[in-house]
Amino acid sequence: MDLRVTAAPATQEERAAVDSVLGLPTSGWSGGERSPFDGRVAFSGVPDGARGNGRHKGAAETRRDLLLPALHALQERIGHISPEGLGYVCRRLEVPPAEAYGVASAYALFSFDAGPELVVHVCDDIACLAASGRPEPPAASPGVANGHSPGVGGPASVGAIAWRPSPCLGHCEHGSAVLAQRSGEEGGRTTLAPFTSADYQKLTDLGPSLGLAAMAGPDVRVPQAATDRASLRLLRRVGVVDPESLDSYRAAGGYEALRRAIALGPAGVIEELKQAKLLGRGGAAFPTGLKWEAVARNPVRPHYFVANADESEPGTFKDRVLLDHDPYALVEALTIAGLTTGAERGYVYLRGEYPLAESRLLHAAEEARRKGLLGEDVMASGLNFDLEVRRGAGAYIAGEETALFNSIEGRRPEPRNKPPYPADRGLFQKPTGVNNVETLFCVLEILSRGSLEFAACGTEGSTGTRLFCLSGCVTSPGLYEVPLGTTLRTLLDLAGGVRGDRPMRAVLLGGAAGSFVGPSDLDMPLSFEGAREAGTTLGSGVVVVFDDTVDMADILRRIAQFFRDESCGQCVPCRVGTVRQEELLARIASGTLIGSEGDELALLADLGVVMRDASICGLGQTASSAIESAVRRGLVSTETRGPVS
Amino acid sequence: MTLTAPVSLRRQVPLTIDGQPVTVFEGATILDACSQQGVEVPTLCFLETLTPVNVCRICVVEVTGSRVLVPACSRKVEPGMEVQTASERVRTSRRMVLELLGSSVDLSLAGDDVQRWISEYGARPERHGRQATGDEGDAGSVDGVVRGSTRDTAHAGHHAAPSGDAALTVAQPVKRDNPQYVRDYSRCILCYKCVEACGVDAQNTFAIAVAGRGFDARISTEFAIDLPDSACVYCGNCIGVCPTGALMFVSEHDMRARGEWDESRQSVTRTVCPYCGVGCNLELHVQDNRIVKVMSPLDHDVTRGNLCVKGRFGFEFAQARDGGAS
Ligand SMILES: Cc1cc2nc3c(=O)[nH]c(=O)nc-3n(C[C@H](O)[C@H](O)[C@H](O)COP(=O)(O)O)c2cc1C
Ligand code: SF4
Ligand code: SF4
Ligand code: SF4
Ligand code: FES
Ligand code: FES
Repeated sequence: MDLRVTAAPATQEERAAVDSVLGLPTSGWSGGERSPFDGRVAFSGVPDGARGNGRHKGAAETRRDLLLPALHALQERIGHISPEGLGYVCRRLEVPPAEAYGVASAYALFSFDAGPELVVHVCDDIACLAASGRPEPPAASPGVANGHSPGVGGPASVGAIAWRPSPCLGHCEHGSAVLAQRSGEEGGRTTLAPFTSADYQKLTDLGPSLGLAAMAGPDVRVPQAATDRASLRLLRRVGVVDPESLDSYRAAGGYEALRRAIALGPAGVIEELKQAKLLGRGGAAFPTGLKWEAVARNPVRPHYFVANADESEPGTFKDRVLLDHDPYALVEALTIAGLTTGAERGYVYLRGEYPLAESRLLHAAEEARRKGLLGEDVMASGLNFDLEVRRGAGAYIAGEETALFNSIEGRRPEPRNKPPYPADRGLFQKPTGVNNVETLFCVLEILSRGSLEFAACGTEGSTGTRLFCLSGCVTSPGLYEVPLGTTLRTLLDLAGGVRGDRPMRAVLLGGAAGSFVGPSDLDMPLSFEGAREAGTTLGSGVVVVFDDTVDMADILRRIAQFFRDESCGQCVPCRVGTVRQEELLARIASGTLIGSEGDELALLADLGVVMRDASICGLGQTASSAIESAVRRGLVSTETRGPVS
Repeated sequence: MTLTAPVSLRRQVPLTIDGQPVTVFEGATILDACSQQGVEVPTLCFLETLTPVNVCRICVVEVTGSRVLVPACSRKVEPGMEVQTASERVRTSRRMVLELLGSSVDLSLAGDDVQRWISEYGARPERHGRQATGDEGDAGSVDGVVRGSTRDTAHAGHHAAPSGDAALTVAQPVKRDNPQYVRDYSRCILCYKCVEACGVDAQNTFAIAVAGRGFDARISTEFAIDLPDSACVYCGNCIGVCPTGALMFVSEHDMRARGEWDESRQSVTRTVCPYCGVGCNLELHVQDNRIVKVMSPLDHDVTRGNLCVKGRFGFEFAQARDGGAS
């Protein structure tokens, strides 16, 4: 490849930001001073750290996975990614600029125009809409009116705060939430939840520095911890251990599971998972034991293991609570996964909107490394395993496992065609295991309590406990843990039922990719098979409650918008279908139908069919599911008020 | 060097297509099996010389046991596979893919097959409403500064809610920033072919890539800079693979604009490029004794349809000689 970077040289500050991730360039050929007349760069032949295996496979290929971290560094320090900054990254990593731009522009948290020091992303997604209504940032702020970033906070508003609407920020139990993205020397991200109108005022009045310093972080909302702590398994350490102390984690029984895993050996661990009948909690309910076995048995090396912590399904916040308050558990569980499947390197792919979890995970990994629990010769087992935390940048689709691999690799977060499956060709085209955070927490439970005890809880087909994220119009929103098979009614009762004793309109199960159920479905058991029988899904454990005051047409349009905003755009059914679906709901809401209501509903059904049947990945395949379930329940019509049957 | 088993040693895979038994070599795709059987499967993003990206989804077929339809162009055959190419499910999805493309992209130069499929499958793009013009796109810039098409700067993620009174399209101004070819992305179906041809599948220049996300996904240089500022070397290989007329010789584009383009008056002459010793084959499209575009045959084993700037665009000297008379 003939790398041609035509952008002008980057500023000192841009170079410093990038170098903080990539290290200093070793020569002019790999990013040091060049003649401005020579835009053409050939490979230096200078081994540069991890590179060094020459030109054959394309030197760019060998360090490309640092693209996303380098882009993050620019965004965080400079506030946007300029052509010059991108050009510098491209020279350093030998990535063609068009490709790097293609990658960067696929993520919502990167901008390409100079903007204000503080960008505040305001959740306007379904759970917060139901709980608190539409957020109303200060009126005159740029950007919110049309929600578009080109030019938002252009030069005129430098120093001001830009407010931007955002999809679910994973703080739904708080009823409102913002992500404050600050650039400059003090650059960083903070989430604030709940975020009230008084907070808008405070932040505006005090400005970024003082304003952010004056805000308290979100509280923990695990209501059962106060009423019935003994029933908690996955959540038992939340609020009990100090998330920044390894000793505290060990005192609570931490690292017993790893000790047992090493004693059992890979085959023994896999057998335990199979006997426990653990099914993945990330949405697809795939048997975890089989997945680990397939990776462990694959003769191709190296192997990788990824913890999927990209949690972005609207209404989901369980993984965030686990990571914020029990980060060592993920480090331990991922280590077990690595040792069992023969992976020496693991990745935590963490949602970019979860800054607290990121710092706690990094701290936990560092402590574990220091104590010989991570790195070489883990717990004196003779085996090596280490992990890296990789941060997403605002893309729901990056949670799809193959898009996630592409994201880590520094490619566009587009799902790959399957087969081949990750156990055959995953991250860097090597055999890879990937599990949701909650699934990995279940592995710890299985190893510390034994598979039989784990399987004794739940139902025949759905063993163990499950985390449910209750939000919306519910009395005590928060994270709940109940045995699989518990009825929806029991779960809602635990949360105190509908807020203010109002009539229930509907419950959204499984998130935007799930479906609506009504008051007549409250006795359905929340198990994988129970959900399937009721024609719905547990998905990521989302339970959003809507009472009779919520404008359901608005909720449905927000769901349609979510898929349109988050589609990667690769395949026609989803790229165009999600747009047409959103337009159609707008027509129904405004009453300006094309043809009769029957024609519109037939069109909606056709869109559902092509997206479900012909899309590449789960995003398109489920983009119509909640909306179609709403049609079946009479929630979609030109007259959308009134209780659901 | 990769070793492949001699054809005679490759395993034969039996399957059925629409109930008819077929046997093909292992490693063949469902599409290969269908063509062997003479069953037409429409394709848009597939090309023999490029790695299948399976993104257009018009080639989907039903395979017994599969929850969703599968792309015939990339799915490999398996023993005992039962494939349906004309079931109601298949027809509905193909009709909808055509309808979705037809409602958002200008398909008027996408070829006769596409027009035929639209009527055969009964696609009615107008069901989605009046098509928005380029100025109505919701990807508008908010600061009043428009750099090129507003689609070029659309930010990933949040969008203004549509009013529903028009169907969003990719309509946008033609990009004409160099003397060789124009990019009329109002016709682009995002088949990824040009990106593949510019990248690993042929040219290795990587001047263009897919940027943005969702409906705003687009073919772009970095920051949508003009081609002369980009890495483009004007090999024109992207033009050679574009199925929709989105990428077009300036000569063809201008003749079409003047209403002079007339394929019935054109002849195609196959010759060998005079510039160097590689031996690339050229197909000179000639109208009224002037070369109006230069392509290269895909099935030629020297370059498989690819050329360099000299073969592709260096034909003016020939015109100058005979053009001396005109
Ligand atoms: C659009 C889309 C988004 C997804 N997002 C996530 C996610 O954020 N976290 C997650 O664990 N799984 C997510 N998944 C599911 C993953 O692809 C994968 O199935 C899962 O991580 C496997 O883990 P498990 O076996 O433990 O469930 C997503 C799937 C799709 C189609
Ligand atoms: S279904 Fe949607 S998100 Fe998935 S690959 Fe297709 S366009 Fe991308
Ligand atoms: S003309 Fe050649 S180099 Fe330029 S964009 Fe097309 S394929 Fe790439
Ligand atoms: S410009 Fe042509 S080749 Fe490129 S993606 Fe669009 S339609 Fe395909
Ligand atoms: S944080 Fe607002 S919906 Fe989840
Ligand atoms: S031709 Fe198969 S998906 Fe496009």
